[in-house]
Amino acid sequence: MSDQMVSDTASAPAVARRRGLSETWFAWLLIAPAVLFTAVIVAWPLLETVRLSFTDATINSESWVGLANYHELLGSAKFYVVVGRTFFWMALSVSLKLVVGLIGASLLAAAVPGRALFRALIMPPWVIPIAIGCIGWLWLYNGQFGFISGMGQRLGLLDGPFEFLAYKRSAFYSAIVTDVWVGTPMVSLFFLAAMQGVNRDLYEAAWVDGAGRWYRFRRITIPQIMPTIISMALLSAIWTFNSFDIIYILTQGGPRGGTTTMIIDAYKTAFGNYNLGEGATRAVAIVVLLGLFSLAYLNILNRVNRHYGVK
Amino acid sequence: MRMDHYTLLQKIGIYLGIGLFLMFVLLPFLEMFRTSLSPMSHLFHAPYEIWNSEMSFQAYRDMWDKVPLLGRYIWNSIYIASMVTALSMIIITPAAYAYARLEFPLKALSLGAFLSINMFAGAVLLIPLYRLLNSLHLLNTYWAMIIPGIAFLIPTGIWLLKGYLEKIPRELEEAAYIDGASRVYTLRRVVLPLAVPGLIVVGTSVFIGAYAQQYLFAITFNQVKELQPLPAGLNQFIGYQSVEWNQMMAAALTGVLPVMAVFFFLQKYLVAGLTAGAVKE
Repeated sequence: MSDQMVSDTASAPAVARRRGLSETWFAWLLIAPAVLFTAVIVAWPLLETVRLSFTDATINSESWVGLANYHELLGSAKFYVVVGRTFFWMALSVSLKLVVGLIGASLLAAAVPGRALFRALIMPPWVIPIAIGCIGWLWLYNGQFGFISGMGQRLGLLDGPFEFLAYKRSAFYSAIVTDVWVGTPMVSLFFLAAMQGVNRDLYEAAWVDGAGRWYRFRRITIPQIMPTIISMALLSAIWTFNSFDIIYILTQGGPRGGTTTMIIDAYKTAFGNYNLGEGATRAVAIVVLLGLFSLAYLNILNRVNRHYGVK
Repeated sequence: MRMDHYTLLQKIGIYLGIGLFLMFVLLPFLEMFRTSLSPMSHLFHAPYEIWNSEMSFQAYRDMWDKVPLLGRYIWNSIYIASMVTALSMIIITPAAYAYARLEFPLKALSLGAFLSINMFAGAVLLIPLYRLLNSLHLLNTYWAMIIPGIAFLIPTGIWLLKGYLEKIPRELEEAAYIDGASRVYTLRRVVLPLAVPGLIVVGTSVFIGAYAQQYLFAITFNQVKELQPLPAGLNQFIGYQSVEWNQMMAAALTGVLPVMAVFFFLQKYLVAGLTAGAVKE
């Protein structure tokens, strides 16, 4: 009898498998469009980038130059400055996005009247084209006529007009603020979504035991949404590393290279001077460094997940 | 006393915090709106004045004359993002189903490969993409801005939709199999109808990606004025002598209005949808 049952339950998928395509072929057929598309638009260009990095390609011509581009790139002190700046840019901007996003999500999760409206109001920076938000910031940062410089003077914080994008340091931090502005709404909404997924019984139990809000936040909310925080941090880090529109529109990498990150450097080398070969070398450097970073991060992630008991 | 009860002081603190947060988020838009109302003579005026007596909606009329193609740019943005979304969903949906339900060789490896695409933002691969599009004679067409956009939205789309499909009870499909339905029939008639809420959420987030990030491909792969999306078209308010800031802001705000209006109504479902898809139970 029990044998009969086992063979019955096993036969249902077997029937399905006999009819038409096998599971393997069916699955491969389903993922084929995605594989083909990304092979042509991502994988092939990636290999081509690697090949071009060994040439002195321009728009119409190219010849093999071996490791010359790499020698030149790795031999220039400027490159290391750009790499350092890019990692600093990423670390600062991502930390700010996570902290502001966490604060924002906690505020939006509070059960107060009007929260539906507040949630709707934080969407715009995420939803509109990044380039359009940047035009708004460009005008805010204007020294002569912009809001920040103008209000700064009115409130007595600034002695005179201050051109935020004209100096290396202020331009860099201004671009960071804009990058955080663009990235925070999405981070907030994902954190909010994760917070709403936390089992309420946990809070009730803690509350009955007399745990305060801060304690509940620290000991329940944070550990429960840790997987979301960790994956958001990695995604956000990769996007921030390759953040192009914001810097390009605000400063084009200037003044005097003060906001030139690796992606801007690669773009300007390739399309500013049409040194496609040298540009490709810089693109390969980005892929290698981001790859190493992601591997290191995932390694840490596994350990943290084990610590929090998440699969 | 309930757990969610706040004292008056806590309420004030929460609203104050929300107020500050919203001010940071909305400041550029408020300033863009203020600028759009101001005549140029008042904008180029020091000291800075928040309000002046000559404010009007004049720029919203003038902008159509200054940049006659403005309406076209607004449409192009929506068209490109819609095409990207439609084609992406056609590619994402079957793949997400395969990863959610089927067992096959190389499953984990290929999913990992898809997700690693996130690392290669479009900007890294621009050089070969430029040459590829050039050799296919697709530069300076809508396709030059649609095709590259799709590739970079596929991985996250698959990941999000897979989360949804995994929640659909497996028994329904098994029942269909036993009744003699083919795999394709089951997918089309049983799984897809049940996945509609998930498809909407994923489609919306793909659209956001496509709409928000079309600047780079537009400035690199397209030189034809008539085909430019809004972010690139706005450059035309920048003249040789001066920038028509008030008209540019008016055009920017008008241009994103249709999409913003749609999102304002969709956002409730989007937040709820992200909860369902992003959170594992």
